[in-house]
Amino acid sequence: MPAEEPMLRARGLTKTFGRGRLEVCAVDAVDLAIAPGEVVALVGQSGSGKSTLGRLLLRLLDPTAGRIEFDGREVTGLRGAGRRRYWRAVQAVFQDPFAAFHQYRRVGATLAAARRLLAPADRDVADPGAALAAVGLDPDRTAAKRPHELSGGQLQRAMIARALMLRPRLLIADEATSMLDASVRVTVLNLLADLRRDRDLSVLFVTHDLGQAYYLADRILVMHRGRIVESGPAERVVADPEHDYTRSLLADVPKLHHG
Amino acid sequence: MTLATIRDLRAHYATAERRYHALDGAELAVEPGRILGIVGESGCGKSTLASVLSLNPKPALRVDSGTMSIAGTEIDLADIESHRSLRGGTVALLPQGALGALNPTRRIGAAAHDILAAGPGRIKRSASAARTAARLEELDLPPRVLDAYPHQLSGGMRQRVVAALATLRDPRLLVADEPSSALDVSSQRLLMNLLRRLVDEELVEGIVLITHDVALLSELADRIAVMYAGRVVEQAPARTLVERPRHPYSKALFASVLVPEPGTRERRLDGIPGSPPDLRAREPGCAFAPRCAEATEQCRARRPALIETGPAAAACWLRDPAKEPADAR
Repeated sequence: MPAEEPMLRARGLTKTFGRGRLEVCAVDAVDLAIAPGEVVALVGQSGSGKSTLGRLLLRLLDPTAGRIEFDGREVTGLRGAGRRRYWRAVQAVFQDPFAAFHQYRRVGATLAAARRLLAPADRDVADPGAALAAVGLDPDRTAAKRPHELSGGQLQRAMIARALMLRPRLLIADEATSMLDASVRVTVLNLLADLRRDRDLSVLFVTHDLGQAYYLADRILVMHRGRIVESGPAERVVADPEHDYTRSLLADVPKLHHG
Repeated sequence: MTLATIRDLRAHYATAERRYHALDGAELAVEPGRILGIVGESGCGKSTLASVLSLNPKPALRVDSGTMSIAGTEIDLADIESHRSLRGGTVALLPQGALGALNPTRRIGAAAHDILAAGPGRIKRSASAARTAARLEELDLPPRVLDAYPHQLSGGMRQRVVAALATLRDPRLLVADEPSSALDVSSQRLLMNLLRRLVDEELVEGIVLITHDVALLSELADRIAVMYAGRVVEQAPARTLVERPRHPYSKALFASVLVPEPGTRERRLDGIPGSPPDLRAREPGCAFAPRCAEATEQCRARRPALIETGPAAAACWLRDPAKEPADAR
């Protein structure tokens, strides 16, 4: 596991929704750090706050308290051009690829628009065709298709191509492979593992599925009711969980067992 | 007696220009007291099969051939709508995305009354409330749920409410189509326990559970059918299928399952290369041949039949029992 200075660091990150009696603390004083080239899985049930934490780190939500640093620089309050620069380095992939692509536009046009908006004059950016080829899609044929003409797995890979085209240093993947069939899921996880190996990409892999977390991640963070209740090397968390909640999560995962 | 059977079912969806052959000779038998699991990738026809079995097909579906019987009734597949009186009482559907299956503007008791009133005979409000309360209680839900709107219930409660409503008229067969795919593992576990209970306590006679989650099925189903391109390519008792899958597709599917068990991640998995076939074109050979590492000339030229060997069956030239040594069977 890389032991360098963290690239992304959050301290005391807190987000509450609502007020008074209805106040919900979705993320409760979370500290976390992700090193360059590190794959960290954030695991929890529905409602644990893991997606809210992902959105805070992406700067899609403003935290109620706490700070976020990227490369040692505070990014907590970034807006406008500063935030767009941040998104050059930190990209995201969400669960539903059909919601992420414009229904009427060809996939190639969506990729080109992302490049135009976030990296207009940047030579370090891959062109859409090369990005599609890198995720195992036929570049010309895929770019000419509209989203409904592709399967969920193909479109999910196109979405990853869109994110990685900008050569981000950190990818926040929020249930990015949950909708996929097991057979396709494995190929997408392998792709992320290869990108980490070849390009030192860091990944925050948000999921409710410990099986996927264990397959891909160096480190697993377990989130429960807004707090990180367990954190450690993936092998240790799975083999020897410390927290009762982690144990119950592990017990609930269906195993390929019988009788 | 077998609760439901489907033989050689062929059906397509027709658009203005094209036909999608969603079912291409599907076979199925549901035994009483059992959970039959159907597994396969997206687009293999499993939801179409569920829709026909629950007498609820999409209007665009055209059945070309095949036979189906449910609880002793031969179904006229050319006019499924004529059997609508069987819906709810004989066969019921537990739909995908159970959380969105409830009308947000109606109390649970009112929705339940609609379901019971759709059955034979007249039923008074008080009688339907009593019957619903009893079914709710069997699923550990208090009677006050009758007066609740869906939004007043937790996700787990809504799930049980949907199961209660689906089984309200004591269907003999329950068809559950991906009932848990939107749930996290803990809610999923609760739902699976619930399905098991419905069968064990004889609230329903049999369940067909459709999912793409192989691990889940291996824990819950008594028997598993693996579907590919509109056909069942292998079926066997769950344990046999998990321990010794015979069809190369089943093998690849089971090998793609990620389990959080120490030491299992050193091995890199392959998934299944390529994608499922285009259902518009029907090739002559085995539909899995283009993605199969073991495929031969014969596989590409001719389609293998589903051949039974004891309690199991597989449709694969390479697993033809006539060619296999007896000890490999």
